Amino acid sequence: MTSILQIKDLSKNFGGLAAVDAVTLNFEEGRVHAIIGPNGAGKTTLINLLSGDHKPSAGRILFKGKDITTKPPEAISQLGIGRSYQKTNIFPSLSCLQNCWLAAQSRLRSSMRFFRPAEAYDDVRSRAELALEMCGLTGRRDTIASEMSYGEQRQLEIGMMLATEPEVLLLDEPLAGMGTEEATQVISLLRTLAQSHTLILIEHDMDAVFAVAEMLTVMVNGQVLETGTPDQIRASKAVREAYLGEDMEEMTP
Amino acid sequence: MSRVFANPTNLFLLTALAMLAAFPWFGESFYVGLVVRIMILGILAMSLDLLIGYTGLVSFGHAAFFGLAGYLLAIVTPETGPVSIWYALPVCLGGAALAALVIGWFSVRTSGIYFIMITLAFAQMLYYFFNENMELGGSDGIFIFYKPSVAIGDFQILDLGDHTTFYYFVLVSLILVYALLRVILNAPFGQVLRGIKINEARTQALGFSTFRYKLASFVIAGTIGGYAGFLEATHNGIMSPDFLGWHKSGSIMMIVILGGIGTLWGAVVGAFAMVFLQDWFQELTTHWLLLMGGFVIFVVLFLPRGIAGLVESFSAFLTRAVSRASDKDAP
Repeated sequence: MTSILQIKDLSKNFGGLAAVDAVTLNFEEGRVHAIIGPNGAGKTTLINLLSGDHKPSAGRILFKGKDITTKPPEAISQLGIGRSYQKTNIFPSLSCLQNCWLAAQSRLRSSMRFFRPAEAYDDVRSRAELALEMCGLTGRRDTIASEMSYGEQRQLEIGMMLATEPEVLLLDEPLAGMGTEEATQVISLLRTLAQSHTLILIEHDMDAVFAVAEMLTVMVNGQVLETGTPDQIRASKAVREAYLGEDMEEMTP
Repeated sequence: MSRVFANPTNLFLLTALAMLAAFPWFGESFYVGLVVRIMILGILAMSLDLLIGYTGLVSFGHAAFFGLAGYLLAIVTPETGPVSIWYALPVCLGGAALAALVIGWFSVRTSGIYFIMITLAFAQMLYYFFNENMELGGSDGIFIFYKPSVAIGDFQILDLGDHTTFYYFVLVSLILVYALLRVILNAPFGQVLRGIKINEARTQALGFSTFRYKLASFVIAGTIGGYAGFLEATHNGIMSPDFLGWHKSGSIMMIVILGGIGTLWGAVVGAFAMVFLQDWFQELTTHWLLLMGGFVIFVVLFLPRGIAGLVESFSAFLTRAVSRASDKDAP
């Protein structure tokens, strides 16, 4: 398998704190790669670096071999790297369809179009509605986003990302705050997406991680402790000591 | 069409429009002139509402484009006769658009208080430029002796010097500017502006270069503001630095707030309310600014969506009352 996204010696310092400290990783095309680790390990910062929301202090990011280290978020989105946020980041006063609409509209070559009504763009509509369907919110099409449950807003967050038709999905705790039923739905969505996309996933729900991930990276204190298949990670003594601890006993058959 | 009439707000607007259209037939000429000024203010306020109400950019220097275009008309009008509108209008609009492009290029990359300060600073620079420029009359201002001619060859299409003609010229401009802004806001461009206003970071993360859209919005607003300045200078026959001072910028902002931010037509209603309230308060007391200030505070506190919000709430109330009544009638 070829790697689609590579990071080399990537660092991000906030003041004196190295949130991400010389991380080197390969993300392979078509794989589900989960990043786990305790709070403050630098997982979200790493995603923020990949999506362009933060500028790295040092190191390089390559997408399909091309350097995207200094590109702004909108350029990275246009290259086909979509992201969802850990803290719900939607347009609260708009309906679900309108939220996905704007996301879908970002794939027009330009939105500097001033005269034809937005509703007349059928390709945008169909992309937005497909995204709603995929994230399971077709029934909530015209509901104002702020009036939905937290879990549904999380689903919408994923829907918006899908409406931009990305190749690589950066998912920052997609299951956070979801009820069991919603979570099950999203996990099965992730499985479906995994067949045709590259997923980079941060998640605290270990059952979900081991259910979908093909590769795992364990981060501690901004550094990579270990990368490997789920079995390798389960077997790793270092990981066991540093992070998984008790949980591991339950997970190992 | 019947749906348009079913909405009391639309009914209110159409009635107001009909009254405006009929006004020159029965209004005294002083008031006809006053309404022209108010409609020009309405155009200016709508252009500011595009920034404040639809893009989330609180510009405190919007009078700059208004005044600049007015001065440009004064500059291109010779002392010996009228200038052709086909020459003057592109110069005025082009000048305003260019100024908006330059000011916007620096300012829209900032936000919040910094954006307010930068737009104010640019407007003040222009203010002092015209205030100190003796060639252009300094603080006394400059006369525009002839209104632009609207003619093809020797054939005069419109006489802007005729009060009634100019009234309708401004009224049609008002309607066209409103329609143009509505079309823009319904188009993909308007959707991006709405996203920027609600959550700019997310809009950017979705792949939009928000800087370019904010700049385009700033240029469109500046150009329309310039058009209002062109009309004002034509109407007034004199341009002075006051037209681009921060008092002017502030009063346009007050009109937008009074009328209701983010409604477009509210800006026009706000212009009427502002001028008539000012008139009324001035009759009551010489300290009318105190009353005006008090009124604006009242609106901000109790009518956060301005007069337009009040009309819409009343309209919703009527719709509900009517539908309840018809439910009762039903067997």
